[in-house]
Amino acid sequence: MKFQKATEFALYAVLELAADPARQLTAVEIADKYGISAHHLAKVLRDLGRAGLVDAVRGVGGGYRFAGNAKRLTLMDVIRLFEDVGTDSSDTAPRTTGEDIAEGLRFVVAELDAQTSATLRSISLSTMLKLVARHPWATEARPARRAARRAR
Amino acid sequence: MAKPQRSDPAEAIDIRPATVADLAGVIALDEEVTGLVKPEYWHDMFARYGARGTGSGCFLVAGNPARIDGFIVGEVRAWEFGSPPSGWVFAVQVRARLRVLGLGSRLFEAVCARFRAAGIDRVRTMVARDNTVIHSFFRSQGMTAGPFIELEMRLE
Ligand SMILES: CC(C)(COP(=O)(O)OP(=O)(O)OC[C@H]1O[C@@H](n2cnc3c(N)ncnc32)[C@H](O)[C@@H]1OP(=O)(O)O)[C@@H](O)C(=O)NCCC(=O)NCCS
Repeated sequence: MKFQKATEFALYAVLELAADPARQLTAVEIADKYGISAHHLAKVLRDLGRAGLVDAVRGVGGGYRFAGNAKRLTLMDVIRLFEDVGTDSSDTAPRTTGEDIAEGLRFVVAELDAQTSATLRSISLSTMLKLVARHPWATEARPARRAARRAR
Repeated sequence: MAKPQRSDPAEAIDIRPATVADLAGVIALDEEVTGLVKPEYWHDMFARYGARGTGSGCFLVAGNPARIDGFIVGEVRAWEFGSPPSGWVFAVQVRARLRVLGLGSRLFEAVCARFRAAGIDRVRTMVARDNTVIHSFFRSQGMTAGPFIELEMRLE
């Protein structure tokens, strides 16, 4: 699964700000750190402000500060501001009765969606920040990388 | 943001291996949480995973026999589906009044400490997909998706 750019930028910004709720950062500071467009990020930050996840700090040295509860806000709470996730795929796909193959495919896609949605709903911002600090990818992905190298 | 008070009643609660005297309290707490009274089930769990069981089990309680505030049950399982020995956690409950105060985390840490002491370097569990609280709880302990996928089917 791949997120839209706006979603990815929103997750960077919210997690960066939630890591230190007392700190304020400008769109340019965050954009520079992640090597992303400050212009696009500024728009995303305004959306996050409207949703109450960040506060805009006015005046000289202004910027944004985290405004939510990192223990209760989940990745899903951020993602669903920017894209359609966790919705039942059978709602969006055209339904044709009697189309067994189409029904069957929807059933499998619904299985994937349910898994994705449960995962995103279960990871709070504070759990995500703890995960980042632990670098689990460095240890867990090792066998997979080794296998990939062997396959090459 | 105000820091949550951690010098709360949950911190003082003792965590220790379950004894037969604790079972009534475990059954009562389980009834409070699930609404079901299952004495045979808990006596069987104790026989299998309690201190006098086969030795690979781990049944810990928080509180005293007069009032059990939480419990956790786990076991070391070896070579299931080709997996080297790993710790499994298959039940954890905390009294509703004492939740989000760290008692669940202390129970989990206590069971993990026992697994580590037995030379185990991995702990697993399974959660209902729609139970966000328990899923969030295990995620907050550092658990992530493992290499297995649960599959099932209805037997006609
Ligand atoms: C799951 C349970 C054991 C957690 O116990 P607890 O003592 O409240 O857990 P902790 O206080 O140690 O919480 C640790 C983390 O879990 C997560 N968590 C716990 N309760 C949560 C909730 N209601 N919503 C979201 N996250 C939650 C949080 O990340 C929390 O960390 P935080 O307090 O820093 O935010 C308890 O809620 C419970 O008994 N639930 C019902 C039992 C059940 O459904 N068991 C499943 C069958 S085995």
